Amino acid sequence: MSTETTAVLSERIAHRGVRVFSAAVLVFLVAPILIIVPLSFNQSSYFSYPLTGLTLGWYELVLGSPEWRMAILNSFVIGLSATAIATALGTLAAIGISRPSFPLRGVIVPILIAPMIIPIVVVAVSLYLVFAPLGLTNTHSGVILAHAALGTPFVVITVTARLMAFDTTLSRAAASLGATPWEVFRRVMLPQILPGVATGSIFAFATSFDEVVVILFIGGTEQRTIPRQMWAGIRDQINPGILAMAGLLTVFAVVLFLLIGWLQGRSGAPAR
Amino acid sequence: MSAREATALDGVRSRTVDPRAGYRAAQRRESMRAFLLAVPLLIFLAMTFIVPIGKLLIMSVKTDEVANAVPKTAALLARWPGPPALPSRQTFEALAADLQAAQDGGTLASAARRLNTYEPGFRSLLLKTVRQMPIAEGEQADEALLRIDRRWGEPETWRLLGRAAHRWTPDFLLTAMDHRVGVSGAIEPVEPSQAIYVGAFVRTFAISASVALICLVLGYPVAFLLATLPARQSNFLMIFVIVPFWTSLLVRTTAWYVLLQPNGVFNALLIRSGLTTAPMALMFNRTGVLIGMTHVLLPFMILANYAVMRGISPAYQRAAVSLGAHPALAFLRIYVPLTLPGIGTGAFLVFVLALGYYITPALLGGAGDEMISQLVALQMDRQLNWGLAGALSVYLVVFTLAVYVVFNRLVGIDRLRLG
Repeated sequence: MSTETTAVLSERIAHRGVRVFSAAVLVFLVAPILIIVPLSFNQSSYFSYPLTGLTLGWYELVLGSPEWRMAILNSFVIGLSATAIATALGTLAAIGISRPSFPLRGVIVPILIAPMIIPIVVVAVSLYLVFAPLGLTNTHSGVILAHAALGTPFVVITVTARLMAFDTTLSRAAASLGATPWEVFRRVMLPQILPGVATGSIFAFATSFDEVVVILFIGGTEQRTIPRQMWAGIRDQINPGILAMAGLLTVFAVVLFLLIGWLQGRSGAPAR
Repeated sequence: MSAREATALDGVRSRTVDPRAGYRAAQRRESMRAFLLAVPLLIFLAMTFIVPIGKLLIMSVKTDEVANAVPKTAALLARWPGPPALPSRQTFEALAADLQAAQDGGTLASAARRLNTYEPGFRSLLLKTVRQMPIAEGEQADEALLRIDRRWGEPETWRLLGRAAHRWTPDFLLTAMDHRVGVSGAIEPVEPSQAIYVGAFVRTFAISASVALICLVLGYPVAFLLATLPARQSNFLMIFVIVPFWTSLLVRTTAWYVLLQPNGVFNALLIRSGLTTAPMALMFNRTGVLIGMTHVLLPFMILANYAVMRGISPAYQRAAVSLGAHPALAFLRIYVPLTLPGIGTGAFLVFVLALGYYITPALLGGAGDEMISQLVALQMDRQLNWGLAGALSVYLVVFTLAVYVVFNRLVGIDRLRLG
């Protein structure tokens, strides 16, 4: 056999190997979620297969309980409020830092990204220290402010990425035709960067929606969100009701995934 | 040169200088305007993020609970030369007066808690002492205190009180590194039975590095496949990466919590397949932590590498092969170096996020195998030891920022892309 054919053969084997290996990894990624969702329909409260019978009882249990209902409501109220703050502040900052004249970029950009990097427990303990004397612990406002801070880096990153593709001559053209700065922003820039803003706000929402450590430290029983309630459930006594909630959250994840895909399709080039 | 000519030249000069100054001023204005857009977010982060963290870090060196509770004693102890002699009778009197005032002023509880971190039992000593205040008429303060508890006769008790009465202390930062200031005033390691924090930092690093490495080994081939497959197939397979990415961390940890139980799905599978006869311990230990954290962080690694790989033209590798390189060599020497920014970004993200992990190790990890975040939370939850929580945070934040700075230098934080 010539060296050329062994080379081709080894390449083919390598390609096959990559495919098989990758398939196994992809199964590892989705299998846990796929395995526990059917268990949430299981009649018995044991977490094992085969299923003893199908029931929607656990879903009724979750959706009927006042604690879980409050948790669902809290998750959305806190998530949407935090997202609104993070999106407004993050978009504004992103417009600033993507201007070529922005000063001290090397110092300020890392500061704006830092909430994503600093360990969450440190953030939570620090917030308790400052919020407790201000009376912001055990309040919705406190949790919303904290979650907004955690969400801003995502907005800054996605909007900055969008703005890199934005042609600034459009703004200048609009301004030269007599548009006020607000009109330039509202009618020229915003439509162009909207997919980036929307993507960033979904990230910010997901950050709040999934956050539990900060709530553990600065939230009270009135601020219990879905993940906080799940945390309590697992630590206390795990029952299939938690799996039902996990099933609902998985459906929600798929919705977010489709939403992001749609936004990226709209924006032409993916933001990734 | 005539005077007239000189004036004309001056005029030209001033005209050439003026526009430049004007341009610079305009540039400054422009730069100010860009900066102003970021100011609201900077102020917001200062209030909700920078100031709180700064305050926690200060807590790790600041201790005024004891100094505030027993001010007169603190002042006298500062002048006391230390063991083996006992402090003056005056100091005993000051302490008796201070304790009573602290009890009335409500500052005693926090001081007692603080002293207990020096010596377990100090709190009860203080509370026991204060309960017998005021001292009976005619009795000397030192005799009274000695009668209440013999420990007031030991210079060591007074030395600890004196140390705790300093307003600034290195003690927490030392404790977090398993060291302390000994009797002689020199820094010494604590007894092996109490040395838990250095081990926890090493463990946190080891777990984070293992997770980053496992994610790289698992994620790199997947990213390669996704980047080289035709768009239709790769878009489909991408669902397998992105849906877990969007699925709640708690859902994924719960899933592993259920799957890895001794009588869970995974063990049932292992037993049925004949691989083991008895259930394996897959959770409440390091295995559980590694499985859970790898699963949660793997999408970051895949997405970071995929983003870089998609921009690499296959032409480079083909050129190397057409020039006679073995495909494996062409891959290693041409392709892999081009993907280094992806490897760097992915490894950085996974490592740094893993350093601060709390939920997954708390639910899947075992006792004695805690990561630093869990110990910080423990200091807060059960001990209310702000100083030590702050000191552990100092090191954790410093290590995290060091990794962040290195990454920013080598790869650049602007490379971070999401979505």
